[in-house]
Amino acid sequence: MKRYVPFRIGNISFLMNYRSIAYVVGLVLLTIVLIILSLGIGQLNVSPIEVVRALFDSSTDMNNLVVQSFRMPRVLMALFAGAGLAVSGAILQGMIRNPLASPDIIGITGGAAFATVGFLAFFSDRSNTLTVSIQWLPLASFIGAIVTGFLVYFLAWKNGGIKPMRLVLIGIGVSAAVQAFTTMIMILGPIFTASRANIWITGSVNGANWSEVWTIIPWFFLLMAILFVYVRRLNVQELGEDLAANAGSLIQRDRFMLITLSTSLAGIAVAFAGGIGFVGLMAPHIARRLVGSSFGSLIPVSALVGGCIVITADLIARTAFAPLEVPVGVLTSAIGAPYFIYLLYKSRNQ
Amino acid sequence: MDAIRTNALTLGYGEEDIIEELDLVIPKGKITVFIGGNGSGKSTLLRSLARLLKPKEGSVVLDGADIARTPTKKIAQKLSILPQSPVAPEGLTVLELVKQGRYPYQSWLNQWSEKDEKAVQRAMEVTGVKDLSERKVDSLSGGQRQRAWIAMNLAQDTDIILLDEPTTYLDLTHQIDILDLLSDLNEEENRTIVMVLHDINLACRYADHIVAISNKTIYHQGDPDTIVTPELVANVFGLRCQIMNDPHSGTPMCIPFSRGRRKKDASHARKMDA
Amino acid sequence: MWKGNFIMIEKNKGKWIGLGIGSIIVLFFMWGSVIWGLTKIDTQMVIDSFLRFDGSNEHIIIQDTRIPRSLIAAAVGASLAMAGAIMQGITNNPLASPSIFGVNAGASFFVVLGITAFGMTSLMSFTWLAFLGATLAVIIVYSLGTLGKDGLTPIKMTLAGAAIAALFSSLTQGMLTLNEQSLDQALFWLAGSVQGRDLNILTAVFPYILTGLVASLLIGKQINVLAMGEDLAKGLGQKTWLIKVLAALTIVLLAGGAVAVAGPIGFIGIVIPHVARWMVGIDYRWVIPYSGMLGAVLLLIADIGARYIIMPAEVPVGVMTAVIGVPFFIYIARRGINE
Repeated sequence: MKRYVPFRIGNISFLMNYRSIAYVVGLVLLTIVLIILSLGIGQLNVSPIEVVRALFDSSTDMNNLVVQSFRMPRVLMALFAGAGLAVSGAILQGMIRNPLASPDIIGITGGAAFATVGFLAFFSDRSNTLTVSIQWLPLASFIGAIVTGFLVYFLAWKNGGIKPMRLVLIGIGVSAAVQAFTTMIMILGPIFTASRANIWITGSVNGANWSEVWTIIPWFFLLMAILFVYVRRLNVQELGEDLAANAGSLIQRDRFMLITLSTSLAGIAVAFAGGIGFVGLMAPHIARRLVGSSFGSLIPVSALVGGCIVITADLIARTAFAPLEVPVGVLTSAIGAPYFIYLLYKSRNQ
Repeated sequence: MDAIRTNALTLGYGEEDIIEELDLVIPKGKITVFIGGNGSGKSTLLRSLARLLKPKEGSVVLDGADIARTPTKKIAQKLSILPQSPVAPEGLTVLELVKQGRYPYQSWLNQWSEKDEKAVQRAMEVTGVKDLSERKVDSLSGGQRQRAWIAMNLAQDTDIILLDEPTTYLDLTHQIDILDLLSDLNEEENRTIVMVLHDINLACRYADHIVAISNKTIYHQGDPDTIVTPELVANVFGLRCQIMNDPHSGTPMCIPFSRGRRKKDASHARKMDA
Repeated sequence: MWKGNFIMIEKNKGKWIGLGIGSIIVLFFMWGSVIWGLTKIDTQMVIDSFLRFDGSNEHIIIQDTRIPRSLIAAAVGASLAMAGAIMQGITNNPLASPSIFGVNAGASFFVVLGITAFGMTSLMSFTWLAFLGATLAVIIVYSLGTLGKDGLTPIKMTLAGAAIAALFSSLTQGMLTLNEQSLDQALFWLAGSVQGRDLNILTAVFPYILTGLVASLLIGKQINVLAMGEDLAKGLGQKTWLIKVLAALTIVLLAGGAVAVAGPIGFIGIVIPHVARWMVGIDYRWVIPYSGMLGAVLLLIADIGARYIIMPAEVPVGVMTAVIGVPFFIYIARRGINE
């Protein structure tokens, strides 16, 4: 079968890559299987067939309640948070032209953590109850992520532009700084706040509810739609500064837009699921192994791989150590860090 | 007819000037080669012609308009540059790379028109990488890889192509191979080619017009047959040499003088070996 | 390395004099660390507390709090800065330092592991756990650094360090989420502080720190050679592996010792070596002692400042050093490092 096939209607035209489409379809199926498995396994085990039945059934027996109200939002949150972090990482890696970059390393996650802890400390009264609704917490984290993203961006600005590597290094520095402040607030505030904040920082989809899922979904698809328009620009960015300029792209303007998209995608993910580490690093890399570096294919595949990683990690995190429930972020880091070392090892002579 | 000209162009990084008040004319439809020692600013000059480096003062004029005031996409349709030893993203296929050359002609809905397809196919045919189109760029040999990059420039379909040392890191066979390809592009498609070359002998063979750069400005320029002299080599490269006619092409060839090692009586060397 | 070495001391004699003046400044701030703070204390009281200890509040504070605190700040500051200087020298990376390369995170991980998994509670046990964790982190980052033909590039090395730090802190937080009580105990340690540490802790670790200090002064010359690049150093006949192992051991002793006493305190190891190079150039025989001196001064000042900012409460000194260090880090990163 031919790998590349053109698609043209009037003035709309694209080059489609059948192999990538096959991967996307395969990964969608894999995601569905993982979702069904994840919905079925837990304290109450439900067989896959029962899960499917429960999804389309409106009665209120125990299975339906567990699957629809408890597990489904959690699994969907894992899917979208994983996808958001993965795509955010894919953008950064392409733009920075370095496979070792990711939203957690450049401080986006750290900034969100700081905002979260600050929110919990600032809006708590003496008896440790929040003075405003907890529903505002995701907004605070999101703002933290965005503000940090732009802070890093502007600090990296020099001589009329940003250099991607400078961005990474400054991100590492800013990340360390916000971490120090986060620790300070946790120490000075009541232990209750600290413990709550700590779960958030580690990253967890435990307790995700439907209203949160319905908040993240439209944002996710909106950002992905804008990103789709920018894929072309991302493709030339990836060739490096000189060649992007040669192709006639407005490099700094595109970079600004791409950073905004990357930060926002990571921002919505961490806003609801906390700092799930290393997904933004691993997923795009695995995706690149599957479909190469062209972003039209890389972005959807990264998203799906990221979703699958977090769904699987969360499934393991809540079942393997039962009755203890480990935050999913611990698990992704435990897989991610060795993976990172493997990447370093592989690229050691470059 | 000139393809590009510069007016009192001053270039540099930070405080230091690398090129000062340079007026240069690149002839249309010819192969122009910049030569000069390390750090003479020949690459810097080439980059500024392609608006990759903003001039400190002066301007670069393309088709009668200052490139600093021309929309960058418009320039990309007239002029393309291949930087020195570019690196392709991991896993990118040749087709995906060459396709990037069409960027200045695309919009976000119209990303693969028939015109795009034709230009890309042709670029791959001319450069001989069509059979490799589904191979990954990072898996190609040095010579193939350089051809793929040149194909990307060709897909951009510009009258002017600039290349910064297109033969670095290639062995001799592939150096000749790439330069022959560029010479064909010039002759058969009448494209203006401007490049930086390290090897003065290859420069003399392939260039219609040589620009020798030294001391932040042009030392001399013109037809290699007339301008390449021992004096030029001494002043531009600081090397004493003899200029002979290349036995193959008849173009000037530089025989450097050295102090040591295996000095035989030149006229008898061959016979003695036999 | 620096373009404008406007305050660079050129002559060796000047450097010796600078070292002398620096030592006096260190002593001045050590004295300041004893007398300044919420409880007013003057020099006479300090002398009295040694000669005629009367059990008064002030005397107890001097003997049990202020003096240990002053000594610990000086020792920890000096150790961290010297460890940073050696790291920067052998990895050729201006951003190398114990905190960026995950040493602090490794120490924190082990302390929390000790609390949650083995129920350890004494500060002394934390000290040894931290030492162990720091050592492990140094070994990991160090082995990563030797990957490849000529070691990792500075950028990769920095990213590797950041990733190791991220791994350790994620595991640390994971353990803490499981056990709220241990969080309370651990947080105090995790903040990094020179306060509330008993002098016993310093005396327990001091032999290691001292060995590290002496060793780091001795390997300065070798680091000068190694800083030119491994191939060159080998070509000059240096047993580079031996120097690297010795340097690693020194880093373990210094950074491990420091974090064992004071918990994770960041950025001193980055900032100070740069200031030292600013003053004495790139000769590591001088950079290392100057780093030690300046590091002690910085941590003493940061700790004194930490007492006054939100009096009567105190800012963790780790936050103070971050506030001072981050702008500096950003300045270095903006100036550009070799890719």
